Amino acid sequence: MTSTKRMYAVPYFLWLLLFVAAPVLLIVYQSFLGINGQFTFANYTNYFTSATYLEMTVNSVIYAFIITLITLVISYPAAYVLNKTKHKQLWLMLIILPTWVNLLLKAYAFIGIFSTHGSLNQFFAFIGIGQQQILFTDFSFIFVATYIEIPFMIMPIFNALEEMNPSLISASRDLGANSVDTFRRVIFPLSLNGVKSGVQAVFIPSLSLFMLTRLIGGNRVITLGTAIEEHFLVTQNWGMGSTIGVILILAMLLIMVATGEKKRKGGEKTR
Amino acid sequence: MRKLQTLLIGIVVIIGVLFFSARYLEKNQGYASDNIVTIYNWGDYIDPSLLKKFEKETGYKVNYETFDSNEAMYTKIQQGGTNYDIAIPSEYMIEKMIKSKMLEKIDPTKIIGLSNINAQFLNQSFDPGNQYSIPYFWGTLGIIYNDKFVEAKDIQHWDDLWQPALKNNVMLIDGAREIMGLALNSEGKSLNDKNTQDLEAAKEKLTKLTPNVKAIVADEIKMYMINEESAVAVSFSGEASEMLDSNKHLHYVIPSEGSNLWFDNMVIPKTVKNKKGAYAFINFMLQPKNAAQNAEYIGYSTPNEKAMKLLPKEITSDTQFYPDQETMSHLEVYQNLGQKTLNEYNDLFLEFKMYRK
Repeated sequence: MTSTKRMYAVPYFLWLLLFVAAPVLLIVYQSFLGINGQFTFANYTNYFTSATYLEMTVNSVIYAFIITLITLVISYPAAYVLNKTKHKQLWLMLIILPTWVNLLLKAYAFIGIFSTHGSLNQFFAFIGIGQQQILFTDFSFIFVATYIEIPFMIMPIFNALEEMNPSLISASRDLGANSVDTFRRVIFPLSLNGVKSGVQAVFIPSLSLFMLTRLIGGNRVITLGTAIEEHFLVTQNWGMGSTIGVILILAMLLIMVATGEKKRKGGEKTR
Repeated sequence: MRKLQTLLIGIVVIIGVLFFSARYLEKNQGYASDNIVTIYNWGDYIDPSLLKKFEKETGYKVNYETFDSNEAMYTKIQQGGTNYDIAIPSEYMIEKMIKSKMLEKIDPTKIIGLSNINAQFLNQSFDPGNQYSIPYFWGTLGIIYNDKFVEAKDIQHWDDLWQPALKNNVMLIDGAREIMGLALNSEGKSLNDKNTQDLEAAKEKLTKLTPNVKAIVADEIKMYMINEESAVAVSFSGEASEMLDSNKHLHYVIPSEGSNLWFDNMVIPKTVKNKKGAYAFINFMLQPKNAAQNAEYIGYSTPNEKAMKLLPKEITSDTQFYPDQETMSHLEVYQNLGQKTLNEYNDLFLEFKMYRK
C-alpha cells in the first residue's frame, strides 16, 4: 500500500524537480555568467553599486507596498461582508470571475476607459472638470494593479473567515465583549493567516509587474520586471536579468519568512 | 490500481501511435516538398495576389506562414522541425542569424535582377556583399505628427521634440537604440557612436525631454496616434504608413540631420528543403512589376529602382517614404556595437526612463 502511495507522488516530485527546482537553479547559475559566458560576480557588484538599479528596487518596493496596502484595505472588509451574506459562494464567484478574463484584455479595456477620449474623460468633461491626463500616471498604474490583485487577496481572507468556528464569536459575546472587542481580539487575530497569505500572493507579483508598466504606466513607472524584460529580450544580457531574478526570489523568501514566522509561534501558543 | 495502470499504458500507446504517424506524415510531406515553397514572412507583408501569380508562373505551391516579431522567427527556425525555404527578417536579425550559422549563402549566379535594386541599398554592414540576403523593403525612423495640434513647420527636426509647446504630448517607441540614436543624431553624432562621453551627453539631453514625454510604448503607438491621444510620436516608417492610412491628419517626417535606415531582406534559412523554389521566389520578387505591385499594396518603400519607375508619381514623389538624396545620405543602419556598448545604451536608456520630471 505504501509503495502505491509513493507511486502517486512520483508525478508530483517530477513536477517539482522540472518546473520549480531546475528553473531556480538555472537562474542562479545564469546570474553568475558575464556577457561573454565567463564566471563572474560582476552582475551582483553591478547591481549593488549602480544607483539606477537600487533606485529601481526601491521604486518597485514602494509601488508593491502601496498596491498591497490598498488591496488589503479594500479586500478585508469585502471578505468580511461577503462571509456574512446569504449566498456567499455566489458572491465569491462574482469576485473571482474577472480573473477568468485574460490580463491583457483587461489592460486594454482600461486603456479604453482612461484614454484622452475615453469614457472617464467624457464623464469628466460632462460634469465640467475637463479633460485630465489619467493614462500613464502613477494613479492609473496603481488603480489597475490593485483591481487585478484584489481577488487574490479576498480569497485567502474569505477562507480564513469562513473556517472560523462561529461558536468562538458567540463565546466572546457571551463573555461580555462588544462587537468591536470581538473583532479586534477574536476575529482579526484568527483571520491573520488569511491576510498573510493574501499579502504574499499580492506583494511578490506586484514587485515584478511589467506588462502593466508599459501598457498602463507608459513606462513612466519602472519596476524590476521592466529591467528583466529588457535584459532578456533587448540586450540579451541574461546574466544581469537572472541576477535581478535571483534578487526577486530572495525578496520573496524574505517576505515568506517575515510573514510565516509568527504563524508557527501562534500555533505553539494555542497548543 | 489496475485501472490506473491500464490508463497509463493506454496513454503511452496513444503517444506512440501519434508520434509514429506524425513522423510518417512528415516524411511524406518531405517527399512532396520539391513542389512546395514554404515562405515565412511578417503578417500581411505581401500582396496575396502575387503569391497566386507566383504559383501560376512557376508551378510551385506556396505554403505561407507568418510571424509577428524577429525574435519569434529566430526561435522557431533555431528550434528546427520547420522547413522554411524563405524568411524575411530585419537587418539586425540577419546579422545575428549569419553569426549563428542559420542562413544559407546565396549563389549570385542564380539570382536574376539584382541590378534592379538601387545600389545604395546593397552591400550594407549587416551583410557585406549581400552574401546572405536580398532587400525586400526598407524604411526609416521618424516623427509622426497630427496637423490638428502641430504645424508642419514646427516639427521638422529631432530638436523640435524638445519645444515646450509639446509638453506631455510626445510618445516614444520603447527601444534603447532608437531613442538614444535620435538624441545622438540631434547633436550631429552618429547613431552608432561608441564614445561613452557622447552617450552620457545624449542621456543628459534626453532627461530634458522628459516633461514632453507622454509615454514610452511599443506597437500601441499606432492605436494611440490614430485615436489622437498624443500630438507627436517617434516610430518607424512602416508603422507610420499604417497610421497615415487610418487618420488623414497624421503626417510623417524624416529629420534631415540623420536617422535610422532599416531593412527587411529575403534570406534562405538552413531549414530550406526546396532551394530551387527559394531562388525562384527571390527572382520573382526582384522583377520590377511584382516589386511595384507589392510596394503599392503594402505601402512600404521598395529598394527596387526599376519598380519605382512603374509606381504612380504620387507615391514615389512622397518624401515621407522616399526622402530626397540629401536626407538619404544622412541615414544610417544600426551596426552591431558589441555586447558591452549595447549594455551601455540600454543602461542609459533605463536611466532616462526612470528620470522623473
